[in-house]
Amino acid sequence: MTELLVGTRKGLFVLEGEPGAPFQAVTRAFPGEPVEYATRDRRTGRLLAAVTSAVYGPKLWFAEDPAGEWQQAEGVALPEDGEVALERIWVIETGEDGTLYAGGDPGVLFESRDGGATWELNAALWEHPTRSAWRPGGGGLCLHSIVPWPGDPTRLALAISAAGVWLSGDGGRTWRSGNRGLVARYLPEEAREDTLALCVHHVERARRRPERLFLQFHGGVYRSDDGGESWTDIGAGLPSDFGFPLVLDPADPDSAYVIPLTADVDRVTPDGRVRVYETRDAGATWRPRGDGLPGRDAYMTVLRLAFDRAGEGPGLQLYFGTTSGAVFGSPDAGAGWATVAEHLPAVQSVRANA
Amino acid sequence: MPVPVVTLRGPLRKLAGGEAEHALTGATVAELLRELEREQPAVSGWILDECGHIRRHINVFVNGESGREETPVGAQDRIDVLPAISGG
Repeated sequence: MTELLVGTRKGLFVLEGEPGAPFQAVTRAFPGEPVEYATRDRRTGRLLAAVTSAVYGPKLWFAEDPAGEWQQAEGVALPEDGEVALERIWVIETGEDGTLYAGGDPGVLFESRDGGATWELNAALWEHPTRSAWRPGGGGLCLHSIVPWPGDPTRLALAISAAGVWLSGDGGRTWRSGNRGLVARYLPEEAREDTLALCVHHVERARRRPERLFLQFHGGVYRSDDGGESWTDIGAGLPSDFGFPLVLDPADPDSAYVIPLTADVDRVTPDGRVRVYETRDAGATWRPRGDGLPGRDAYMTVLRLAFDRAGEGPGLQLYFGTTSGAVFGSPDAGAGWATVAEHLPAVQSVRANA
Repeated sequence: MPVPVVTLRGPLRKLAGGEAEHALTGATVAELLRELEREQPAVSGWILDECGHIRRHINVFVNGESGREETPVGAQDRIDVLPAISGG
């Protein structure tokens, strides 16, 4: 059985089912509240959820049972009496040494060393000397990608929209940008060099070749083979190189899946067809994977954290949700797709556990 | 001696130990809300953000009149904290 944690504009839905079949909604938590993201601590199974109440602000919660009592985590806030307040928590990730990380707006990283009960702001990123030059993207100054290095807790990559990729080799004590090769086509040519106004949409690392990362940009799909120091555009062959999410097969460091949207000015699936695109040669070629997905009159949007996987290799399961409230799944690495759920509120995030 | 009373509803009341009315000392709305956070730490971050600002979609009324952080309050004043009617 596979569990999906689906964060929506109106609550967290826990779906359960067998790959390739419709799932059942077994729990709804935080009814009426925007749930930006929910996941499980990979080591302990504890549930963590980021909820941004329109009234009461962003909060991070944890629970052992999604239908049970959720407790509010402490310390998820910016320094008191400053000029900036926390707007939103975007993502939560399990680190390699048991540290939990949470990324939020305005471009901030929190760390927890007690399983998510208490959190501390990462001071080095908060006080980074370039911070005054960081500019928000359409979704705010969101830190949305936290990418540990398998087996090495000192190495970590982050991505912020629109402040680019950030790399640490000392466990987050210092940060340097890793943006060489990223091209901000939305800026005048003369303004592109050395800019930090880089609207990265999502980053993932190849588990079995950790120096390799894939990146969906605001116009452009990129690959890095040097740990995120430099990037090569691999978007040729896609119907559009605009999109938000990106998923890798952990068994294959040459693999990536993206969901192209028409363009930044028209953020829906191209030509009224929903198709996932797959590469198995590190981006040299792409092929559509759409069997079973809506093939006509389907103008859907998939947000950056609404695409995930479980398993790997031939048993790779893929799941994504749309802002129109549908969730689709593939039990066989994208060869075939089925509707997992529909008529949900707008889907903001999907995490899969098998 | 009479002191201002802050009235909470919904989740704020639950966070504040289930009590709706809180007699607090302070000369402004902000001072009262900070005092409320000291007495009821679970409320911290729910009404005021880290900057000390009342959250955008929370309304504070002083004796039925809309108030802000700096609004003065006196003994026997009634302060209501309400979620704004907003959202979609």
